[in-house]
Amino acid sequence: MSNPVQEKGSDVLDSQDQARFEMLVLPHLDAAFNLARWLLRSGADAEDTAQEALLRAYRFFHGFHGGDVRAWLLQIVRNTCYTWLEKNRRANEMTEFDEELHGVPGPTPEALAIAGDNRDRLTRALESLPPRYREVIVLRELEGCSYKEIATITSIPIGTVMSTLSRGRRQLQLALADPAPKEASHEL
Amino acid sequence: MSCDRADTVLHAYFDNEMDSLGAAEFERHLEQCVECAGALAALKDLRSSVNRAQLYQKAPALLRKKILVDVAAARPIEIAPARATWQWLAIAAVVLLFISVGWQVASVHRGEDSNAVLAAELVDAHLRSLQPGHLSDVVSTDQHTVKPWFDGKLDFAPPVRDFAEQGFPLQGGRLDVIHGRTIAALVYGRRKHLVNVFIWPTTERDASPRTGSRQGYQWINWRQGGMEFCAVSDTSSSDLEQLQRLFRD
Repeated sequence: MSNPVQEKGSDVLDSQDQARFEMLVLPHLDAAFNLARWLLRSGADAEDTAQEALLRAYRFFHGFHGGDVRAWLLQIVRNTCYTWLEKNRRANEMTEFDEELHGVPGPTPEALAIAGDNRDRLTRALESLPPRYREVIVLRELEGCSYKEIATITSIPIGTVMSTLSRGRRQLQLALADPAPKEASHEL
Repeated sequence: MSCDRADTVLHAYFDNEMDSLGAAEFERHLEQCVECAGALAALKDLRSSVNRAQLYQKAPALLRKKILVDVAAARPIEIAPARATWQWLAIAAVVLLFISVGWQVASVHRGEDSNAVLAAELVDAHLRSLQPGHLSDVVSTDQHTVKPWFDGKLDFAPPVRDFAEQGFPLQGGRLDVIHGRTIAALVYGRRKHLVNVFIWPTTERDASPRTGSRQGYQWINWRQGGMEFCAVSDTSSSDLEQLQRLFRD
């Protein structure tokens, strides 16, 4: 059987591999969860997806021969999240439509102004960005990844990382300036 | 007037991604360019707002425990003993025969490994598809509805055919992502069972079917006309072989 893409791996692992996995990969669990949380915009979904991604990473771990473990793991987490987003896209669109239909009230501009530069406001603004902008900002600003690591994790050319970050930051600035941020687009 | 550097290299400078020469050159530019200086100040503001908001979300403690349980429960797959045999054969071949024979065995062994991983992925995909609402993106027993649905969603055209008369009614289709690549999945019924037929393009030449089983599910894999097929189901492997022949004819 030929793989759809070239990805070498094996889930034949011995106890030594298990110990290596716990030592090298598990310390990046926070990074995995954080990326999933921001891509999926839900802690519960992030928990399920991070769990699935870690198990997947474990299966491929035998084929992992050194290099940047965090970038390797985050690449798997990202793929798992995008699969999830693709699968749940229609359901999400429907939820969004319902929210609009029923006019769920957001915080008023006054409330936002009073709360000022707070966590909710930043969270809403970041969540309003399309995933491809959101992920580079999360990787750069929260995870402290280099452009090279971001390129590895997101499979975009390194030359495109800078322009994607630039556009993402611009959108984030606009979303923060906008008193009533719109819901995120689910376009991948 | 806008400076195009404010949208480009300014970010590389801000992120410390420039070499020292480039950074020094850009700093000279910054002294003259109001636009870039303003944009840099705004980026610093943005970063400090983000930092103050403490947006980093740490994993719940329970998640680590769940993963440790998963990892402990993950069993070596069925080919594990076969793999050991192959290794012994490889060693014996190298000792007794020529190095080239050893290479051949090694390449067979590598193929077995990635086959097993792919079979595991496809069985997982089959299991995922059985969860409520996951089976089909397009529900139709009509191949002329299912086939056009894939148009524009894939960079290849999967062969969509209904085999209702032969006992495999087409039930629908969906997209699946395996190893980051989007592939087609066709759903067929077989008595009370469901069969997922995963299809993706390949550059390798046609290959006759190979079968296997994993976690109580049967799979059959073959290549034909530039497409690779893998059917997965809990129905019998003879059913899957019958379905494979229908695709071939």
